[in-house]
Amino acid sequence: MLRLTNLTKSFGGNKAVQDANLQVAKPSMIGIIGRSGAGKSTLLRMVNRLTDATSGQIVFEGNDVTALVGAAKRNWQSQCAMIFQQFNLVPRMDVVSNVLHGTLNRRSTLATMFNMYPASDVHKAIDILDRLGIAEHAPKRAEALSGGQQQRVAIARALMQDPKIILADEPIASLDPMNAQVVMQSLRRIHEEDGRMVIANLHTLDTARRYCDRVVGMRDGKIVFDGTPEQLTTSMAREIYGADTSFSEAATSTEIQTLDREYA
Amino acid sequence: MAENVAQIQTDYLGQMRAKRVMNMILLILFVALMMLGFYTADARNAGGFWQGWHNILDFPGDVVSEAVTRAHLLPGYFLKYAPSLLETINIAGAATLLGAILGLIASLLATRGLAPVGWITGPVRRVLDILRAVPEIVIALILIFLLGGGPVPAMIAIALHTVGALGKLFSEVNENASLKPVEGLASVGASWLQRMFLGVVPQVAPNYLSYALLRFEINIRASAILGFVGAGGIGYDLRNTMSWGQGKLDEAAAIFLLLFATIVLVDQLSSHLRDRLTHGARVKGARQ
Repeated sequence: MLRLTNLTKSFGGNKAVQDANLQVAKPSMIGIIGRSGAGKSTLLRMVNRLTDATSGQIVFEGNDVTALVGAAKRNWQSQCAMIFQQFNLVPRMDVVSNVLHGTLNRRSTLATMFNMYPASDVHKAIDILDRLGIAEHAPKRAEALSGGQQQRVAIARALMQDPKIILADEPIASLDPMNAQVVMQSLRRIHEEDGRMVIANLHTLDTARRYCDRVVGMRDGKIVFDGTPEQLTTSMAREIYGADTSFSEAATSTEIQTLDREYA
Repeated sequence: MAENVAQIQTDYLGQMRAKRVMNMILLILFVALMMLGFYTADARNAGGFWQGWHNILDFPGDVVSEAVTRAHLLPGYFLKYAPSLLETINIAGAATLLGAILGLIASLLATRGLAPVGWITGPVRRVLDILRAVPEIVIALILIFLLGGGPVPAMIAIALHTVGALGKLFSEVNENASLKPVEGLASVGASWLQRMFLGVVPQVAPNYLSYALLRFEINIRASAILGFVGAGGIGYDLRNTMSWGQGKLDEAAAIFLLLFATIVLVDQLSSHLRDRLTHGARVKGARQ
């Protein structure tokens, strides 16, 4: 389905991502872990084509995504939704308008500039918001919502795109544990109920373990681990994070359950 | 729950429709007022727009044709008028610098949340309003009458207007600055001036710079115009060469080109400096 071949991105002399190879056969939920600066964000941004790859190839369902330009590139971006750490919503516009932005690739520029969307799209947008449990905030401005609610609006925008892949770049890094759980559960549900591929950059190990079918570890721009959560041993995790024996998973956790685990 | 969602959908669509109708009414009103205004203005015009508009290009046409036929003389004219261009730029530069310094202080006093005492913002803003309201040509004429012709009255006149303009623009920039660093500095016991110059100015310096350089461009033009009323500089030369029937239109073209080149230069300088200020000097090998 999705294949990355020798994907490389260099900034000047630095290689942010180096010869990344990844093959995904069926829609699954994949977590990418690694410390800050390991190249996780750059990898996702290259898949969405927000950043151009220096060399290498991204192939999705037989089409070379890296070669797309202009309208074809924007069409690809509409099929490959992105969720950001800082939500990246338009703060002064209402929640429904932000969700309707998911349809921008399908609608004419002039109509959308005057905020003209078909009533069926508005219905669908509010249905999606309801599915994520925030329908009652529909007419509010995005900036009036809490972080967790804003991230769910961003997920709703992604779902409005009706994408084949959802890329989530540190979706819970700015959220408290409760909201983080709600957001991760939403992403998991979308994967299970709609059968969409979800690739999420995560900075806590236990989140990756808990919600993902497959974990990819990156270190200094290279993919150093690719396997199931069970295969991800503590010594492997130390290797990914470049940590010594003082590293323990519970110490980095933001999950509420870890507390029980530690004191039980 | 489903009923609730249906209600939200109906409400939202209703709101959307109301907004759309409102926008439509505003658009129609806007177009109607524009057309009405144009016809009123045209009716009161002595010559009439429709009779005169095809002559609009006559003067630029003459300037261009004279400049083209005597193109070989242009480099000489550039040299001839370079000293007066320098005088014009000097007037603009001194006025911008003086105006920006006073405008910076005024802007900090005119911003709610930053001013040391709350009541001062209103009076400072009114003073800035007055400085902007009086046309600089009026101030220049009065000063030329009092001090005699020359660059100094022009400089003072432009500087006063600049204080008004930059004071307002800077204070709008200040309003968007984050108060968190200011609070941080207050927590270590910094004085008001320390909080402003170490907490606010570093945040807003790139915007200050681009507004100040934009003002510099405007001031170059203003100082050229003041040359028409006896303030010296390139404006005086422009008035002499621009008069129709003197056969000096090629020299006027040379002056226009000089002014254009100056503005382009300032614009380029502005974007370069702004880039330096926002991103810092380029460090070799740094990421991104």
